[in-house]
Parts: sequence; C-alpha cells; structure tokens
Amino acid sequence: LPSTKSQVPGAMTMEKVTDYKDASTYNNFYEFGTDKDDPAKNAKTLKTSPWTVEVDGMVKKPAKFALEDLLKLSAQEERIYRLRCVEGWSMVIPWVGYSMSKLVERVEPLGSAKFVEFYTQADRATMPGLRSSVLDWPYVEGLRLDEAMHPLTLLSFGMYGEVLPNQNGAPVRLVVPWKYGFKSAKSLVRIRFTDQEPKTAWNKAAANEYGFYSNVNPNVDHPRWSQATERRIGEDGLFAKKRKTLMFNGYEAQVGQLYAGMDLKKNY
Amino acid sequence: MATAARRSVLLHPAAKPLLFVLALLPFAWLFYGAVANQLGANPAEYLIRATGDWTLRFLCLTLAVTPLRVVTSQPALVRFRRMLGLFTYFYACLHLSGYALFDMGLDFADIAKDIAKRPFILVGFAGFLLLTPLAATSFNRAIRALGASRWQALHRAVYVIAGLAILHFFWMRAGKNDFAEVAVYAAILAVLLGWRLWRRLRGAAARPVSAPAARPASGR
Repeated sequence: LPSTKSQVPGAMTMEKVTDYKDASTYNNFYEFGTDKDDPAKNAKTLKTSPWTVEVDGMVKKPAKFALEDLLKLSAQEERIYRLRCVEGWSMVIPWVGYSMSKLVERVEPLGSAKFVEFYTQADRATMPGLRSSVLDWPYVEGLRLDEAMHPLTLLSFGMYGEVLPNQNGAPVRLVVPWKYGFKSAKSLVRIRFTDQEPKTAWNKAAANEYGFYSNVNPNVDHPRWSQATERRIGEDGLFAKKRKTLMFNGYEAQVGQLYAGMDLKKNY
Repeated sequence: MATAARRSVLLHPAAKPLLFVLALLPFAWLFYGAVANQLGANPAEYLIRATGDWTLRFLCLTLAVTPLRVVTSQPALVRFRRMLGLFTYFYACLHLSGYALFDMGLDFADIAKDIAKRPFILVGFAGFLLLTPLAATSFNRAIRALGASRWQALHRAVYVIAGLAILHFFWMRAGKNDFAEVAVYAAILAVLLGWRLWRRLRGAAARPVSAPAARPASGR
C-alpha cells in the first residue's frame, strides 16, 4: 500500500517500531475470540472484498462508499503512532491511511451533528466470536465531532506498508492514538453522524470501567488496575520496570485543547 | 482384582516421585518458555496468568483427592494429597512473585497500596495469606503438635481459600465479561465442596472423613 510520510504534527514518533509479528498476533478483536492469539488464528474467514462503508445520519451527502473509492478519497500517508491498550500494554505501529476529517468533509455534516458513531462488521457466518455474549454486537464506538475532525484521527487501511491483516481490522479501521485502543473500531461498515452521545460497546458492558472518552490518562485508574504505567510489547523485558504512561498517550500538545476545562476524572 | 492392582500402583514406591515430576512439568515449561522467549508477545502477562491457572488447577486436584478416594474405594489416594496441596502453594507463590516482580517492579510500597486499593488483588492476596499456614503445618511434626482435630479445623480454611480464588478469578475477568473459564472452575469446586456437604448432611460425616491424612503415621 503506497504512501508518503505524514506532515501532520505529532504523527511520526521516532520511537522503536514494534515487531510486525507481535503487532499482528497479539490483538483484541472479540469478534474472533477473547484470547490475544484468537484473532490471528480465526480472522482468516473475514471476507474483505467486496466491502462498502455506509456513511449516514446528520449529513448533507450520505453515501455508500465502495472500499476502492474510499482508498482513493485522499492521499495515503504513513503515520507512526503509539498504541496504548486499556489493559496496560503498548506498541508503536506504522499505520497507512489519511485523516478521518477528509471523509467527514466529503459528506458535509449538518450543524446539528455533534458526534460520530463507528460500527464494526457483525457477521455471524465469518466472525465466530459473535456467538458469545461478551459484548452487545455489533461493536459500536464513538467520538465527538471535533475529535473525529482532529488531524491525528486516522482512517487506516494498512500497517507496516501493507494492507491491514484481517486481525488488525481489515479492510478499514479507525486509529485514535490518544485514546485507549478499544476506541479505535476495526473493520468499519457504517459511520453515522448524530446529535446524541453514542452508546459504545464497552461503555454498555461496564460503564464504571470504560467511559465514553477513554482518553489515555495516567492519573485516572481503571477500577481494577493502575493506568500509571505500561509495558511496551517486545521492548520492556521481563525484569524491566514498566514505563510511565503519558497524558493523552504523549499527544497532549496536539489534543489537549479539545478537553480544556473538562473534569477528566468525571469524563473518563 | 482390578481394585487390588490399582492399589498396588498407587502404593508403588515410584508413585510419589512420579507425581512430583509431573507436578513440576508446568513450571519447567514456563521456565523454558521464558528463557527461550516462547511465551508470546507479552511473556510477563503469560507467566502471571499461567501460574494463577496452575494454582487453581492444583487446588481443584487437592480437593478432589478425598471424594475420589471415597467414591473409588482407594484409600491409598490420600498419599498424594499433601504433595498436591503443597504444589498449590508452590504455584501460588510463583503467581504472587510474578505479579510483584513483573507488574509492580518489586516496589513494596506500591504493592501495599495496590493491595489496599483493588478488591481483586486484595482477595487474591487474602487467599495466599490463608494458604500459608496450611502449607506451614503440612509436615508430620506440625500435625502432631497441633493434634488431629485442631489441624483438621485449621485445614478447613481451604474451603474459604477456594471461594477467594474463584472470586479473584471472577473479578479479574469481570471487566471483560468473559466468564466461561471462571464457570468451569467454579463448577468443579462446587461439585467437590457440594459432595462434602451432601455427605455431611447424610450423616456420613459422623465417620471422620479425613482422618487418615490427619494421622501422622499414614500421612507419610
């Protein structure tokens, strides 16, 4: 998947990139099972072509995009982002895609639109995890419209210079680097603009543990574990002390102003 | 005939050393896997979870000895109970050490705060603390010193430990809504404890069920 280096501020961390093998075999993608190695084992069945993404709701120009058209909607960029999982581990991943804002601008949201909802594919025939009731399917995530419009919010089609492996959310996914990984919905089939705060999958499952915002924040602990530190996969050895988690996963300079004046302990 | 043959296998001098080696296999695998980097992308998490799993498995095995002994009329089975119980403690020690070392970097102030703050850690730690006196009084002289009835009363704490272990596991999985494995272990423990309760209600417990283990002579 050809791309050029992104010029967006903060989009190219110089940190050591995680091994492709780790990034493609240690995944959370519950539609293919709840163990970390399940997605790599089970996601082969996902059929990524043909693929369409429906964009609807409070927009002037609702549309159904075929994947081929979505790929060409804007120039593909390479971006190297830190990824911080809510479980306390992290990676550094070179994604390929373009700013979500390019798609948002294309469909022209109405003035009343305040939020964007992202729907992951939910096909029982190809996604064995849907048989379990761990989450309320389909997987739904959401952003405030201004978060979706932030240049760092990425609509991604590839990683490590190649198209996305199925287990990483092929053929198209969201990547929001300053939020916990589960906010970055995979294998998107629908994007809907709304004036209501989306009811997101993990928030519905455990509201006290997973808030709507879920910004990476070392000062607000998960009820069952601390978020102050993280283990960098493949780099922090068994006996290395875990590294300190950074506010907004190190993207505070770029995104801090989105949350000016908000109580982030309440809006976790 | 078959029963006698099985008994002689159970009483064979090599039976205990064999069980000892078998019980060490998970540890050997984990040790090898850690050194050879065969434990996946997050070896620390793998080690902590695997040692927790093996603690729970050995707890189930230990608690299965008495019901199996009675149901199969193989009193010789009791020879293995103490070793299984001590392996439960062995894997619990590894589990706690793994958490303290890999997750907390051996920062004891942090560990103390963590235990106080998080119910799921507190419950696991309480289970470990309760298990410690049981391991410490497992040798014959301790049994003699305590006396069989007091020793037995103390070791009934294992039922509380089983409850704490399941709660610890349940809470660990609760945020992910993934209770399939928890349910399997809970069901096994419920059967093993339910069987004891059932016998007691039937009055069978009037006969001292665990007496052979409590008698130092046969506990060898």
